[in-house]
Amino acid sequence: MESLLHFFDVFISSFDVFIDGLWITFKLSVASLIIAFIIGLFFAILKISNIKILEWIADAYIWIVRGTPLIVQIFILFYGLTDILLIPMFWAGVAGLAFHSGAYIAEIIRGAIQSIDKGQREAGSSLGMSKGLTMRRIILPQAFRRAVPSLGNQFIIGIKDSSLVSFIGMQDLFGVASTMGANSFDYLPYFFTVAVYYLLIVLVLTLAVNKIEKKLAASD
Amino acid sequence: MSEKQEMIKVDKLNKSFGDLHVLKDIDMTVTESDVVVLIGASGSGKSTLLRCLNFLEMKNSGKIIIEGEQVEKDTHNLNEIRQRVGMVFQHFNLFPHKTVLGNVIEAPTQVKGLQKEQAILEGKRLLDKVGLADKYNVYPSTLSGGQKQRVAIARALAMKPDVMLFDEPTSALDPELVGEVLTTMKELAEEGMTMVVVTHEMGFAREVGDWVNYMHDGRIVESGKPNDLFDNPKEERTQAFLSSIL
Repeated sequence: MESLLHFFDVFISSFDVFIDGLWITFKLSVASLIIAFIIGLFFAILKISNIKILEWIADAYIWIVRGTPLIVQIFILFYGLTDILLIPMFWAGVAGLAFHSGAYIAEIIRGAIQSIDKGQREAGSSLGMSKGLTMRRIILPQAFRRAVPSLGNQFIIGIKDSSLVSFIGMQDLFGVASTMGANSFDYLPYFFTVAVYYLLIVLVLTLAVNKIEKKLAASD
Repeated sequence: MSEKQEMIKVDKLNKSFGDLHVLKDIDMTVTESDVVVLIGASGSGKSTLLRCLNFLEMKNSGKIIIEGEQVEKDTHNLNEIRQRVGMVFQHFNLFPHKTVLGNVIEAPTQVKGLQKEQAILEGKRLLDKVGLADKYNVYPSTLSGGQKQRVAIARALAMKPDVMLFDEPTSALDPELVGEVLTTMKELAEEGMTMVVVTHEMGFAREVGDWVNYMHDGRIVESGKPNDLFDNPKEERTQAFLSSIL
């Protein structure tokens, strides 16, 4: 009972500091997921381009991302970008996370595009629509609808994965928890606190995705 | 008759899928305002022939001439030619994320650059014509098969094609819905639309068709006016086919 009270005490008294961390996690997640989505869409289209060299480039990218731990990718991009290209730490973190999520999003979008009935493409062609126009107006809107649950899931993973940027020194939610824990030698309440923050973020996102799914289902 | 334009001419058309030789030396002419019906058993190549006419399948050899223009795989204005040749599919292939009216105005606005207001006006007129005046703003998933196919016909007509191709347009429909689609097609034929129709509806072929081609094993085995072909088939295979289905 006492330790529970202690946890609440820490949770409330640390609110000010965690809000700063929450804001960084938020910016980091939004920026990295937007960029990851663009990267993912780009490589998904390379993969279905039917042009061998472009498919190989996409395969290589996905292989590298899948084949190495995220923390390694973050460190390489962090030291590469901040030391050599003098890019600010925040954007190095964004780059690391976007580079990683982009590969998984590429696979999700590719799968969704390929799941659209080929009759849709034929209908577009038969109306005189070019391949690009058919892709943009007919295939992609349907593919995105179909990909919403998987994309939502990937976004949740991306937000949780963003905690790894604390290892390059960023004071995101997890970074704040580590620092506060280390300063007070009172680790457990701070890690419980940060767990609650992540749970709430994921809860909000899950509800949002469910709502979008319901809305999209209305036209099916 | 001699005044009428040749809309489609097919000369020694061959098509293979891998080792499978699906179309063998097909010759066919479709004249303006004519309704040409392709009949034959499943796998005889009639759908493939139709798909070649809209270049959804690319021929291996032979000539396809659309309104005097010989079309090859690398013809630069393929999409422009396709605008003049409308297609109706067995499984409708409506765009599920767009409303009925959205389906109809998509190509005119996106491909032809027609003003949206104008496209809506014409789209509504076409939907009225196929008997769907009360369905402008619903999504295809709420429609019956027969209604879907009539939307698909309106969608193809919205591009003002010179020729309409129908690929088994009633084969996926419940029997009680076949009639409404055939009626729409018949009205279209009476307005003088040039049509090529793959169908198993022999009543339609006889009543509406100007010319019937019977296909077997990748060849046009027999062709003639509907009454001649149905009443006095000359080829043994045509006789066997007709007696098996009538």
